[in-house]
Amino acid sequence: MQSSAGLRLIYRAYMAAFFLFLVAPLIAAGAFAFNDSLFPSLPWNGFTLDWFFSPVEPKLGLFYDERLLRGLNNSLYIGVVVAALSVAAGTCNAFLFERKSFPFKGVAYILLIIPLVIPGVILGISILVFASMIANWVDAEFGLFITWLRPGVPLIVLGQFSFLTTITSLVIAARLQKFDMALEEAALNLGASRLRVLRTVTLPFLYPAMFSAFVVAFLVSFENFNTTLMLVGSDAPLTITMYDRMVKAGSTPVLNAVSVVLMLGSGLLALASVAVQRERKV
Amino acid sequence: MGREAGKLSLILLMTPFLLWIGLLIILPQLGIGYVSLREKISYDEFSFGLKNYVDFISEPVYRNTLFRTAWMSILVTILALIVGFPVAYYIAKIARQKSRAALFLMCLIPLWVSDLVRAYGWIVLLRETGVFSSTLVWLGIINTPIEMLYNDITVVMGLVYTVVLFMIVPLTSTLQGMDDALLEAGYNLGGSRFTVFRRIIVPYAMPGIVSGCIITFMLTAGSYLTPVLLGGKNSSWFTEQIYNQFITRYNWEAGATFGVTLLVFTSFVVWLGLKLTGQSLATTVAKD
Repeated sequence: MQSSAGLRLIYRAYMAAFFLFLVAPLIAAGAFAFNDSLFPSLPWNGFTLDWFFSPVEPKLGLFYDERLLRGLNNSLYIGVVVAALSVAAGTCNAFLFERKSFPFKGVAYILLIIPLVIPGVILGISILVFASMIANWVDAEFGLFITWLRPGVPLIVLGQFSFLTTITSLVIAARLQKFDMALEEAALNLGASRLRVLRTVTLPFLYPAMFSAFVVAFLVSFENFNTTLMLVGSDAPLTITMYDRMVKAGSTPVLNAVSVVLMLGSGLLALASVAVQRERKV
Repeated sequence: MGREAGKLSLILLMTPFLLWIGLLIILPQLGIGYVSLREKISYDEFSFGLKNYVDFISEPVYRNTLFRTAWMSILVTILALIVGFPVAYYIAKIARQKSRAALFLMCLIPLWVSDLVRAYGWIVLLRETGVFSSTLVWLGIINTPIEMLYNDITVVMGLVYTVVLFMIVPLTSTLQGMDDALLEAGYNLGGSRFTVFRRIIVPYAMPGIVSGCIITFMLTAGSYLTPVLLGGKNSSWFTEQIYNQFITRYNWEAGATFGVTLLVFTSFVVWLGLKLTGQSLATTVAKD
């Protein structure tokens, strides 16, 4: 590459500026959780952990704020359920698309990808509308009132599941593609049954990918806003609770404290996922 | 494997796929299509027709919101390409082998942080009592605090911030496959830096550019938090209209009409992009 020292310097400066642009809002969101002030703004009044651990108003800390804790709890619950479901469905899809041939496979593959291309808001409203149509119909025909088809946690789970399954399918299918069929054949020749081969040879090979898919699905579910917003009932997950707080009550540093917890949590999970990937390469 | 067993396992694997795609994707989309075509006459009485769409087109506020969302999304996509391309090129071609992975991971950091936290970070920085404004006052550059939120420039900047990573990732992976010999050949044949860029680098990176632009555009047009939080109540973003119709006004017929319009519109833009560049959906979106 021919390039003069001056140009190279400008290029480096651009990269530095870009990374500064990337981290600036994250640092701002994080830092003011530790400022001893009632507002997340300058001046800096000294370091405090009150916004995490103070049990009394006006500086009610995150770990004593019941609504936020309930939101956190809902998010964790939804995240684990959705991630488990979408990894299960994603594993089935991976086998379906990597191992089987069937008519209209090309069309099916496009359908597999489509949920990623539909905007989250539209996925949310379409599932809301469809669930209400079924619920109304059942109500009119049989006089049954199905609560779980009305906005609430079950609908949020379905809404997030609808697009996360695409992600988990792609992650797990990519791993399955690298599988050496000779391993299965060897196990079969040695007298193992199909089910046993699946359990002792193929699935263990997929575990790392299933784990990463689980982590990614959990994180995306935890952070999801658009789809969730349309389907939320009385049990709001954390992102919705935090948004409500921001819009209605104005921001206090407790929101920065939530941000810190969220960043730490997702950072640790991301590291865990990277560590697992690295381990399997060795 | 016996034929019977093969058939059974195909059915077993096919069932979850069909249930998922059928019940959660296809039928709900048909559902909003259906609701968008009906018109409420009185309680429990509906007639069918295109009236909702006619209303949409004849109401300038709605129409303009769609156009505004569209051109701002295109602007954001172009800006993300301009901002992201040099970064991707640096990571793929200029950085030393060792630092490549680290730089790439650094680019991904904001991806792991919720949209909400990122938008909140910008609010803390940019509002009237925010970090930038008070620092400028303290430095004596301005006399009174200024509000940097709730304008279009901030919304565009915030959106570029949110989506630029989805531009960098496909660009980097495409550029990484480029052989340096191509560049050297270009220079040896007397090409200037600009010629090499225009005739070699850009054509080579085209698949990455297309997939980056498509993902970026879809994410921007469908985004909700960034325009609403950074643009304030009158950001006139299209998804905000959908939310208002559905949840605030409880006018599902109009909301469904808006939803279908957005979906048709974004699909059209994506289709056009793919057509013009000769790429297919499967290879651009599902790369990894």
